Amino acid sequence: MLYPPMTGETIEITGFNNDKIDAYLARPSGAGPYPAVVVLHHAPGWDEWCMEATRKFAHHGFAAICPNLHHRVGPGSAEDMAAAVRDRGGMPDEQVMGDIQGAVNFLATQTYHNGKTGVIGFCSGGRQSYLAACKVTGMAAAVDCWGGRVWVPEEDRNGKPAAIDFTGEMSVPLLGLFGNDDQNPAPAQVDLIEAALKKNGKTYEFHRYDGAGHGFFATDRPGYRPVQAVDGWKKVFAWYDKYLG
Amino acid sequence: MCTWIIHHANLMGSGKGTTGWFPIEQANVAYDHPADAPLDHAVLIDFVNADMGPAARVAVELSAQSARGLVQAILNALDDGEKQHAITDQPTPLLVHSSFVD
Repeated sequence: MLYPPMTGETIEITGFNNDKIDAYLARPSGAGPYPAVVVLHHAPGWDEWCMEATRKFAHHGFAAICPNLHHRVGPGSAEDMAAAVRDRGGMPDEQVMGDIQGAVNFLATQTYHNGKTGVIGFCSGGRQSYLAACKVTGMAAAVDCWGGRVWVPEEDRNGKPAAIDFTGEMSVPLLGLFGNDDQNPAPAQVDLIEAALKKNGKTYEFHRYDGAGHGFFATDRPGYRPVQAVDGWKKVFAWYDKYLG
Repeated sequence: MCTWIIHHANLMGSGKGTTGWFPIEQANVAYDHPADAPLDHAVLIDFVNADMGPAARVAVELSAQSARGLVQAILNALDDGEKQHAITDQPTPLLVHSSFVD
Protein backbone atom coordinates (compact mmCIF):
# COMPACT_ATOMS: atom_id res chain seq x y z
CA MET A 1 0.00 0.00 0.00
CA LEU A 2 1.18 3.48 -0.81
CA TYR A 3 -0.06 6.67 0.79
CA PRO A 4 -0.84 9.15 -1.96
CA PRO A 5 1.04 12.45 -2.07
CA MET A 6 -0.85 15.58 -1.14
CA THR A 7 -0.32 19.30 -1.31
CA GLY A 8 -1.18 21.84 1.37
CA GLU A 9 -1.02 25.57 0.94
CA THR A 10 -2.56 28.84 2.02
CA ILE A 11 -4.39 30.52 -0.82
CA GLU A 12 -6.63 33.53 -1.24
CA ILE A 13 -10.28 33.15 -2.19
CA THR A 14 -13.09 35.60 -2.80
CA GLY A 15 -15.58 35.60 0.03
CA PHE A 16 -18.53 37.69 1.16
CA ASN A 17 -18.75 41.14 -0.38
CA ASN A 18 -15.96 40.15 -2.80
CA ASP A 19 -13.49 40.39 0.08
CA LYS A 20 -10.27 38.44 -0.32
CA ILE A 21 -9.75 36.04 2.57
CA ASP A 22 -7.13 33.42 3.39
CA ALA A 23 -7.98 29.74 3.08
CA TYR A 24 -5.99 26.58 3.67
CA LEU A 25 -6.26 24.12 0.80
CA ALA A 26 -5.18 20.50 1.13
CA ARG A 27 -5.76 17.98 -1.64
CA PRO A 28 -4.36 14.86 -3.22
CA SER A 29 -1.62 15.84 -5.65
CA GLY A 30 -3.07 13.99 -8.62
CA ALA A 31 -5.29 15.20 -11.42
CA GLY A 32 -8.48 13.93 -9.83
CA PRO A 33 -11.36 14.05 -10.11
CA TYR A 34 -11.82 14.38 -6.34
CA PRO A 35 -14.86 15.23 -4.23
CA ALA A 36 -14.44 18.37 -2.16
CA VAL A 37 -15.16 19.48 1.39
CA VAL A 38 -15.34 22.93 2.94
CA VAL A 39 -14.06 22.70 6.52
CA LEU A 40 -15.43 25.31 8.96
CA HIS A 41 -13.11 25.95 11.87
CA HIS A 42 -14.25 26.11 15.48
CA ALA A 43 -14.61 29.20 17.68
CA PRO A 44 -10.97 29.04 18.90
CA GLY A 45 -10.07 29.97 15.37
CA TRP A 46 -8.28 28.96 12.18
CA ASP A 47 -5.85 26.92 14.20
CA GLU A 48 -3.50 24.01 13.83
CA TRP A 49 -6.06 21.34 14.69
CA CYS A 50 -8.41 22.58 11.99
CA MET A 51 -5.57 22.42 9.46
CA GLU A 52 -4.88 18.86 10.59
CA ALA A 53 -8.54 18.02 10.02
CA THR A 54 -8.34 19.60 6.57
CA ARG A 55 -5.31 17.48 5.70
CA LYS A 56 -7.15 14.41 6.99
CA PHE A 57 -9.73 14.91 4.27
CA ALA A 58 -6.96 15.21 1.66
CA HIS A 59 -5.47 11.99 2.98
CA HIS A 60 -8.83 10.33 2.38
CA GLY A 61 -9.03 11.58 -1.20
CA PHE A 62 -10.90 14.86 -0.87
CA ALA A 63 -9.93 18.35 -1.95
CA ALA A 64 -10.49 20.20 1.30
CA ILE A 65 -10.51 23.92 1.93
CA CYS A 66 -10.69 25.70 5.27
CA PRO A 67 -11.43 29.41 4.89
CA ASN A 68 -10.25 31.73 7.64
CA LEU A 69 -13.62 33.04 8.76
CA HIS A 70 -11.83 35.43 11.15
CA HIS A 71 -9.68 36.93 8.40
CA ARG A 72 -11.24 40.38 8.51
CA VAL A 73 -10.23 41.14 12.12
CA GLY A 74 -6.58 40.47 11.28
CA PRO A 75 -3.78 40.57 10.64
CA GLY A 76 -2.75 38.55 13.63
CA SER A 77 -2.27 35.05 14.92
CA ALA A 78 -5.21 32.64 14.82
CA GLU A 79 -5.57 32.95 18.60
CA ASP A 80 -5.50 36.75 18.55
CA MET A 81 -8.05 36.91 15.76
CA ALA A 82 -10.28 34.42 17.59
CA ALA A 83 -10.06 36.56 20.73
CA ALA A 84 -11.07 39.65 18.75
CA VAL A 85 -14.04 37.82 17.24
CA ARG A 86 -15.03 36.52 20.67
CA ASP A 87 -15.07 40.08 21.94
CA ARG A 88 -17.48 41.01 19.13
CA GLY A 89 -19.81 38.12 19.97
CA GLY A 90 -19.00 36.16 16.82
CA MET A 91 -19.38 36.95 13.14
CA PRO A 92 -22.43 37.95 11.12
CA ASP A 93 -24.12 34.91 9.58
CA GLU A 94 -24.50 36.69 6.26
CA GLN A 95 -20.76 37.22 6.08
CA VAL A 96 -19.97 33.62 7.00
CA MET A 97 -22.43 32.24 4.46
CA GLY A 98 -20.83 34.47 1.83
CA ASP A 99 -17.38 33.16 2.70
CA ILE A 100 -18.59 29.55 2.52
CA GLN A 101 -20.24 30.25 -0.83
CA GLY A 102 -16.93 31.69 -2.00
CA ALA A 103 -15.10 28.50 -0.97
CA VAL A 104 -17.71 26.34 -2.75
CA ASN A 105 -17.42 28.48 -5.87
CA PHE A 106 -13.63 28.27 -5.80
CA LEU A 107 -13.71 24.48 -5.64
CA ALA A 108 -16.25 24.27 -8.46
CA THR A 109 -13.78 25.87 -10.87
CA GLN A 110 -10.88 23.53 -10.12
CA THR A 111 -9.98 20.94 -12.75
CA TYR A 112 -9.40 18.27 -10.10
CA HIS A 113 -12.93 18.59 -8.67
CA ASN A 114 -15.53 15.91 -9.33
CA GLY A 115 -18.37 18.41 -9.08
CA LYS A 116 -19.62 17.44 -5.62
CA THR A 117 -18.87 19.48 -2.51
CA GLY A 118 -19.72 18.90 1.12
CA VAL A 119 -19.38 21.10 4.17
CA ILE A 120 -18.37 20.16 7.71
CA GLY A 121 -18.10 22.36 10.77
CA PHE A 122 -17.01 21.94 14.35
CA CYS A 123 -18.34 23.76 17.42
CA SER A 124 -19.55 27.17 16.16
CA GLY A 125 -18.68 25.84 12.72
CA GLY A 126 -21.22 23.06 13.26
CA ARG A 127 -23.96 25.63 13.52
CA GLN A 128 -22.59 27.40 10.46
CA SER A 129 -22.58 24.09 8.59
CA TYR A 130 -26.26 23.57 9.48
CA LEU A 131 -27.04 27.07 8.25
CA ALA A 132 -24.96 26.56 5.09
CA ALA A 133 -27.00 23.44 4.34
CA CYS A 134 -29.99 25.80 4.24
CA LYS A 135 -28.46 28.84 2.57
CA VAL A 136 -25.42 27.98 0.41
CA THR A 137 -25.87 26.67 -3.11
CA GLY A 138 -23.81 24.15 -5.02
CA MET A 139 -23.35 21.62 -2.20
CA ALA A 140 -24.26 17.94 -1.99
CA ALA A 141 -23.95 17.07 1.75
CA ALA A 142 -23.37 18.63 5.15
CA VAL A 143 -21.99 17.53 8.51
CA ASP A 144 -22.73 19.30 11.79
CA CYS A 145 -20.30 18.36 14.56
CA TRP A 146 -21.83 19.46 17.88
CA GLY A 147 -22.91 22.85 16.65
CA GLY A 148 -24.29 24.88 19.53
CA ARG A 149 -27.10 27.40 19.29
CA VAL A 150 -28.77 25.82 16.26
CA TRP A 151 -31.79 25.97 18.51
CA VAL A 152 -31.98 29.11 20.67
CA PRO A 153 -34.53 29.76 23.41
CA GLU A 154 -36.97 32.54 22.61
CA GLU A 155 -35.70 34.80 25.40
CA ASP A 156 -32.14 34.75 23.97
CA ARG A 157 -32.97 35.54 20.36
CA ASN A 158 -33.20 39.33 20.54
CA GLY A 159 -35.73 39.22 17.73
CA LYS A 160 -33.42 37.28 15.43
CA PRO A 161 -34.16 33.89 13.90
CA ALA A 162 -32.16 30.82 14.90
CA ALA A 163 -30.58 28.40 12.43
CA ILE A 164 -33.28 25.83 13.18
CA ASP A 165 -35.88 28.25 11.75
CA PHE A 166 -34.38 27.73 8.27
CA THR A 167 -34.61 23.93 8.34
CA GLY A 168 -37.32 23.98 5.69
CA GLU A 169 -34.79 25.47 3.27
CA MET A 170 -32.21 22.71 3.84
CA SER A 171 -31.20 21.43 0.42
CA VAL A 172 -28.65 18.71 1.24
CA PRO A 173 -28.59 15.63 3.50
CA LEU A 174 -27.25 16.33 6.99
CA LEU A 175 -25.09 14.18 9.25
CA GLY A 176 -24.98 15.22 12.90
CA LEU A 177 -22.51 14.05 15.55
CA PHE A 178 -23.09 14.93 19.19
CA GLY A 179 -21.77 14.10 22.65
CA ASN A 180 -24.38 13.22 25.20
CA ASP A 181 -22.45 15.06 27.92
CA ASP A 182 -22.51 18.31 25.93
CA GLN A 183 -24.47 21.23 27.34
CA ASN A 184 -24.72 23.16 24.08
CA PRO A 185 -26.20 21.41 22.28
CA ALA A 186 -27.60 19.41 25.18
CA PRO A 187 -29.34 16.14 24.25
CA ALA A 188 -32.74 17.80 24.68
CA GLN A 189 -31.72 20.46 22.14
CA VAL A 190 -30.54 17.78 19.72
CA ASP A 191 -34.02 16.26 20.10
CA LEU A 192 -35.56 19.56 19.00
CA ILE A 193 -33.26 19.79 15.97
CA GLU A 194 -34.04 16.22 15.00
CA ALA A 195 -37.76 16.93 15.35
CA ALA A 196 -37.43 19.91 13.01
CA LEU A 197 -35.64 17.80 10.41
CA LYS A 198 -38.33 15.12 10.63
CA LYS A 199 -41.12 17.65 10.46
CA ASN A 200 -39.64 19.15 7.29
CA GLY A 201 -39.01 15.77 5.68
CA LYS A 202 -35.23 16.23 5.47
CA THR A 203 -32.67 13.48 4.92
CA TYR A 204 -30.49 13.24 8.00
CA GLU A 205 -28.55 10.89 10.23
CA PHE A 206 -27.71 11.69 13.86
CA HIS A 207 -25.22 9.82 16.03
CA ARG A 208 -25.06 10.60 19.73
CA TYR A 209 -22.11 9.39 21.78
CA ASP A 210 -22.14 8.43 25.43
CA GLY A 211 -19.04 9.39 27.39
CA ALA A 212 -18.33 12.38 25.15
CA GLY A 213 -18.98 16.06 25.55
CA HIS A 214 -18.27 19.02 23.32
CA GLY A 215 -15.45 18.90 20.78
CA PHE A 216 -14.55 15.27 21.29
CA PHE A 217 -12.55 15.11 18.00
CA ALA A 218 -10.04 17.71 19.22
CA THR A 219 -6.89 15.71 19.93
CA ASP A 220 -5.22 18.67 21.64
CA ARG A 221 -7.96 19.28 24.20
CA PRO A 222 -8.97 17.46 27.39
CA GLY A 223 -12.37 16.69 25.87
CA TYR A 224 -10.82 14.36 23.28
CA ARG A 225 -12.46 10.94 23.33
CA PRO A 226 -10.48 8.60 21.07
CA VAL A 227 -12.96 5.73 20.79
CA GLN A 228 -15.89 8.01 20.01
CA ALA A 229 -13.77 10.18 17.70
CA VAL A 230 -12.50 7.26 15.64
CA ASP A 231 -16.06 6.04 15.15
CA GLY A 232 -17.25 9.57 14.40
CA TRP A 233 -14.66 10.06 11.65
CA LYS A 234 -15.78 6.77 10.10
CA LYS A 235 -19.34 8.10 10.06
CA VAL A 236 -18.15 11.31 8.37
CA PHE A 237 -16.28 9.51 5.60
CA ALA A 238 -19.12 7.03 5.05
CA TRP A 239 -21.49 9.99 4.69
CA TYR A 240 -19.32 11.74 2.15
CA ASP A 241 -18.59 8.51 0.26
CA LYS A 242 -22.34 8.10 -0.07
CA TYR A 243 -23.18 11.62 -1.21
CA LEU A 244 -19.98 12.99 -2.77
CA GLY A 245 -18.55 9.89 -4.43
CA MET B 1 -19.77 24.21 24.17
CA CYS B 2 -19.28 27.71 22.87
CA THR B 3 -20.82 29.86 25.57
CA TRP B 4 -20.25 33.30 24.01
CA ILE B 5 -20.30 34.64 27.58
CA ILE B 6 -18.31 37.87 27.62
CA HIS B 7 -18.08 40.96 29.80
CA HIS B 8 -15.98 44.07 29.46
CA ALA B 9 -14.17 46.48 31.78
CA ASN B 10 -12.66 49.79 30.74
CA LEU B 11 -9.13 50.00 32.04
CA MET B 12 -6.34 52.51 32.31
CA GLY B 13 -2.88 51.07 32.55
CA SER B 14 -0.23 49.18 30.65
CA GLY B 15 0.31 45.59 29.61
CA LYS B 16 3.40 43.80 28.40
CA GLY B 17 2.80 41.92 25.19
CA THR B 18 5.08 40.06 22.82
CA THR B 19 6.68 43.27 21.58
CA GLY B 20 6.88 45.18 24.86
CA TRP B 21 4.68 47.47 26.89
CA PHE B 22 1.60 49.08 25.43
CA PRO B 23 -1.35 51.05 26.84
CA ILE B 24 -4.26 48.88 27.98
CA GLU B 25 -7.75 50.30 27.52
CA GLN B 26 -10.06 47.35 28.07
CA ALA B 27 -10.34 43.88 29.56
CA ASN B 28 -12.49 41.33 27.75
CA VAL B 29 -13.56 38.70 30.26
CA ALA B 30 -15.09 35.54 28.80
CA TYR B 31 -16.04 32.12 30.10
CA ASP B 32 -15.51 29.86 27.12
CA HIS B 33 -13.11 27.42 25.42
CA PRO B 34 -9.48 28.10 26.33
CA ALA B 35 -6.82 27.87 23.66
CA ASP B 36 -4.14 26.41 25.91
CA ALA B 37 -5.23 25.79 29.52
CA PRO B 38 -6.08 22.09 30.03
CA LEU B 39 -9.72 22.80 30.78
CA ASP B 40 -12.98 22.44 28.85
CA HIS B 41 -13.93 25.95 29.88
CA ALA B 42 -12.00 28.70 31.58
CA VAL B 43 -12.13 32.35 32.51
CA LEU B 44 -10.42 34.03 29.58
CA ILE B 45 -9.14 37.52 30.19
CA ASP B 46 -7.72 39.56 27.33
CA PHE B 47 -6.16 42.90 28.24
CA VAL B 48 -6.33 44.75 24.95
CA ASN B 49 -5.93 47.95 23.05
CA ALA B 50 -8.35 47.64 20.14
CA ASP B 51 -6.84 50.57 18.28
CA MET B 52 -3.54 48.71 18.06
CA GLY B 53 -5.00 45.56 16.48
CA PRO B 54 -5.66 42.00 17.67
CA ALA B 55 -2.01 41.33 18.51
CA ALA B 56 -2.07 44.05 21.20
CA ARG B 57 -3.29 41.55 23.74
CA VAL B 58 -2.14 40.14 27.04
CA ALA B 59 -4.07 36.92 27.56
CA VAL B 60 -4.63 34.67 30.54
CA GLU B 61 -6.78 31.55 30.83
CA LEU B 62 -7.74 30.64 34.41
CA SER B 63 -9.73 27.91 36.08
CA ALA B 64 -12.96 29.21 37.57
CA GLN B 65 -11.78 28.74 41.15
CA SER B 66 -8.40 30.33 40.60
CA ALA B 67 -10.09 33.27 38.86
CA ARG B 68 -12.18 33.87 41.96
CA GLY B 69 -8.96 33.80 43.98
CA LEU B 70 -7.49 36.40 41.64
CA VAL B 71 -10.51 38.65 42.08
CA GLN B 72 -10.15 38.41 45.85
CA ALA B 73 -6.42 39.14 45.68
CA ILE B 74 -7.08 42.26 43.61
CA LEU B 75 -9.68 43.44 46.11
CA ASN B 76 -7.33 42.71 49.01
CA ALA B 77 -4.52 44.66 47.37
CA LEU B 78 -6.84 47.60 46.79
CA ASP B 79 -8.04 47.51 50.40
CA ASP B 80 -4.46 47.48 51.67
CA GLY B 81 -3.52 50.23 49.28
CA GLU B 82 -6.36 52.42 50.45
CA LYS B 83 -5.24 51.99 54.06
CA GLN B 84 -1.70 53.09 53.27
CA HIS B 85 -2.11 55.58 50.46
CA ALA B 86 -4.64 57.81 48.84
CA ILE B 87 -5.57 55.87 45.73
CA THR B 88 -5.98 57.88 42.58
CA ASP B 89 -6.59 56.86 38.99
CA GLN B 90 -5.08 60.04 37.68
CA PRO B 91 -1.88 59.39 35.74
CA THR B 92 1.13 61.32 36.91
CA PRO B 93 1.51 64.29 34.62
CA LEU B 94 4.72 64.48 32.68
CA LEU B 95 6.53 67.65 33.75
CA VAL B 96 9.84 68.35 32.13
CA HIS B 97 12.10 71.26 32.99
CA SER B 98 14.86 71.30 30.47
CA SER B 99 17.71 73.68 30.07
CA PHE B 100 20.50 73.61 27.64
CA VAL B 101 23.10 75.75 26.04
CA ASP B 102 23.16 75.76 22.29
